[in-house]
Amino acid sequence: MADTTSVPGAAIPAEDRPAVEAVGLGKRYRRDLWALHDCTFTVPAGRICGVVGANGAGKSTLLTLAARLIEPTEGELRVFGEALSTPESRARVAYVTQEKPLYPSFTVAETLRVGRELNPGWDEETAQRVIDMGELPGRARIGALSGGQRTRVALALALGKRAELLLLDEPMSDLDPLARHELMGVLMAEAAERGTTILVSSHILPELDGVIDHLLLVQAGRIRLAGDLEEILDGHQLLTGVADGAELPAGTAVERRVRGRQVTALLHTGEPVDGPWESTRPSLEELLLAYLRTPLPTAVTAPDREAVA
Amino acid sequence: MIEYRIERRSGVSTYQQIVQQTKQALRLGVLQPGDKLPTAREVVEQTAINPNTVLKAYRELEREGLVEPRPGLGTFVRRSLARPGAAADGPLRAGLVGWVDEARAAGLDREDIAALMASVLEQRFETGVPAAPHGSTGPEGPAATD
Repeated sequence: MADTTSVPGAAIPAEDRPAVEAVGLGKRYRRDLWALHDCTFTVPAGRICGVVGANGAGKSTLLTLAARLIEPTEGELRVFGEALSTPESRARVAYVTQEKPLYPSFTVAETLRVGRELNPGWDEETAQRVIDMGELPGRARIGALSGGQRTRVALALALGKRAELLLLDEPMSDLDPLARHELMGVLMAEAAERGTTILVSSHILPELDGVIDHLLLVQAGRIRLAGDLEEILDGHQLLTGVADGAELPAGTAVERRVRGRQVTALLHTGEPVDGPWESTRPSLEELLLAYLRTPLPTAVTAPDREAVA
Repeated sequence: MIEYRIERRSGVSTYQQIVQQTKQALRLGVLQPGDKLPTAREVVEQTAINPNTVLKAYRELEREGLVEPRPGLGTFVRRSLARPGAAADGPLRAGLVGWVDEARAAGLDREDIAALMASVLEQRFETGVPAAPHGSTGPEGPAATD
């Protein structure tokens, strides 16, 4: 599970410096409605972290907490080591929400100008390039743009801000495939050049494959999986075999499905399994789908998680 | 310069695809010693993949002695993988062509041959069978001793 033992002030290599650290983090909206509960995880700086989960799992709440737009009800959240929000710390973070709040009566050029005036480290060239790639005229009013075009303007603002942490909530959902590929390329180039940490939520799973190198799987307000993506994939295997064959090792099956005589199971263990099984490393999509199909029956799976952690 | 094609649903990791495509380019002579690989930024801007993946692939190529990073300049090819024996007119290829013709004459179709080839490769490479001393069994006969 997430590493919470790092000592502040210790000599940590730049790439292992945590960008976001949560300890026992939770958010309750109404008396009994916990959107997030008891979340502990670390995202090292320079990672591209996928925040994945079903609708209503708590992805947006997690990103909104990281952006410090809401206060946690419980636990602690540090962004680049800082537990509290300051003007300096806010300048290091950019957040693109699903709603993309922009002034509808402003033009594209006016919107970029606001970004320039409000952000001391403004990168006009990058922001303008993102706008130009979409062939958006500067005089177009935000209110007259399509959803995908507004997304482009919101991403241009976020990239122009030169933030060290980009929080993107379903950024690509209303873009066409070409714009999606193009803007993901711009985001990745930005990360390559500046070592930007990106937390990106998405429910379009193939969109994240090859893009993310870190994973937070949010399920029913809890963190089900957190860590380096390669390590997570190495720690799982997809088994196929005959249904009345050997037993699966106890306590490791995330999901077990039977189709006729064939049984398929996703195991949370990298250890080789005895028996007449064919074992493969799951793809990101196979892993995520297996978890998403099997919601945590409260408390029952907790021992499993500990046994294999 | 090489342009990587990343197939996301191929089952091969993006990192492996970059390593394999680079090696393929080195075998075919598309990349030659002294050539510069594209920067991580150039690769990810065009393919929309994770930059750490590109760097990991380049480190792997470096570990194999195929490329070297020159600080501030980029990553450059150190040596080629083109093998004289595997060239279009090389003796190894001629031997393989003969063998494939034989297999077809024996009634094997394309998939049978591919499966047989994959199985033999698996057996000879995975179980650690050492390669026979060079020249002892090649079609060109015993290597000249010096």
